[in-house]
Amino acid sequence: MSSPAAAPATDLLAVLQARFPAAVARPSGDHPAFNLPMAEVPAALRLLRDEHGYDLLIDVTAVDWDVEASPRFSVVWHLLSSTAHGYVRIVAACADDAEPTAPSVVSLWAGANWHERETFDLMGIRFTDHPDLRRILMWDGYPFHPLRKDFPLAGIETPLPDLEVADITKATVLPAPMMGGPFVASTGEMNLTEAEPRAKDESWNERNAKPAVL
Amino acid sequence: MVTPNSELAYNTKIEGDIVVTRVDAVINWLRSSSVWPMPMGLACCAIELMATASSRFDIARFGAEVFRFSPRQADCMIVAGTVTYKMAPHLRRIYDQMAEPKWVIAMGACASSGGMYRSYATLQGVDRIVPVDVYISGCPPRPEALLDALIKLQDKMTRNGGTAKQLLSA
Repeated sequence: MSSPAAAPATDLLAVLQARFPAAVARPSGDHPAFNLPMAEVPAALRLLRDEHGYDLLIDVTAVDWDVEASPRFSVVWHLLSSTAHGYVRIVAACADDAEPTAPSVVSLWAGANWHERETFDLMGIRFTDHPDLRRILMWDGYPFHPLRKDFPLAGIETPLPDLEVADITKATVLPAPMMGGPFVASTGEMNLTEAEPRAKDESWNERNAKPAVL
Repeated sequence: MVTPNSELAYNTKIEGDIVVTRVDAVINWLRSSSVWPMPMGLACCAIELMATASSRFDIARFGAEVFRFSPRQADCMIVAGTVTYKMAPHLRRIYDQMAEPKWVIAMGACASSGGMYRSYATLQGVDRIVPVDVYISGCPPRPEALLDALIKLQDKMTRNGGTAKQLLSA
């Protein structure tokens, strides 16, 4: 069983504000969540890890609020206390909307390495002081960050990763035919035919152009 | 199957140890009876591919049990699974390393058309980078469907005309 000393502080906000006055509580439907200035995140995570039992880094990810939004990107860290079984969420906004950066926490958790590479790959967040910030899912040299709001699910035409094979096959990375997709299953439908995955929005597809205003 | 009518079969006592046929037919028969698949298992279809190779469905009944993980030793690539754009050049290179003559089976919806992965990361049909001989529907296809594809491929092999001429001119 967990020792009482390792239990999370009941008032994490007070704990954080004692060291980081800019920390504020963040509206959350599940776990305690706090907004912090980006520069203070590594120190705050270290405080939570070393003094409050949040020893496990669950996730590093990011949110793209909107193309027009400013700040556009927020980076999110989830910590778990493996002794007290509680989560905490730390969120920090990226100052630069065009070239978002965040401090790396690989020095705190080695497991942050691939999380940060994935967040860089798909969201384009550059983690400063990351030991090896390469793409992890898309190939090296892919010019886009697919989970950004301005990237279409179907994709954007680019050359194949291997130019020699591209030359032989004349194939390129083409936008996938969406046919009004993406296709999602309906939940709560008793009729399995009705519950089959299908496009929710058939107002546009290959034959009907996407309306200017949806 | 044993047939009581021995007159229809080749009778060595009457005709001697000689079979008269065409060289094309012999080569096609050899090829179709000893397909060496290259298991390009990329997703869940590979599980069905393994089941097809295993005892219950037993692809050895059709002479194609010698799965070879080296493309140099294989002549039929079975693309079993989702081909991402990142994987596509490697798949093409493995195909290029296979010795002629070679065939490709696109197993399942993903290999045939991209399947349910209508996304930026997935090749929308492996026929965009390699020539496909047989497509199999299903997600994933049943082992019987893969066996049916193999039989259809064997049928295509035996119908190949001018095999000897192709070999001599190569």
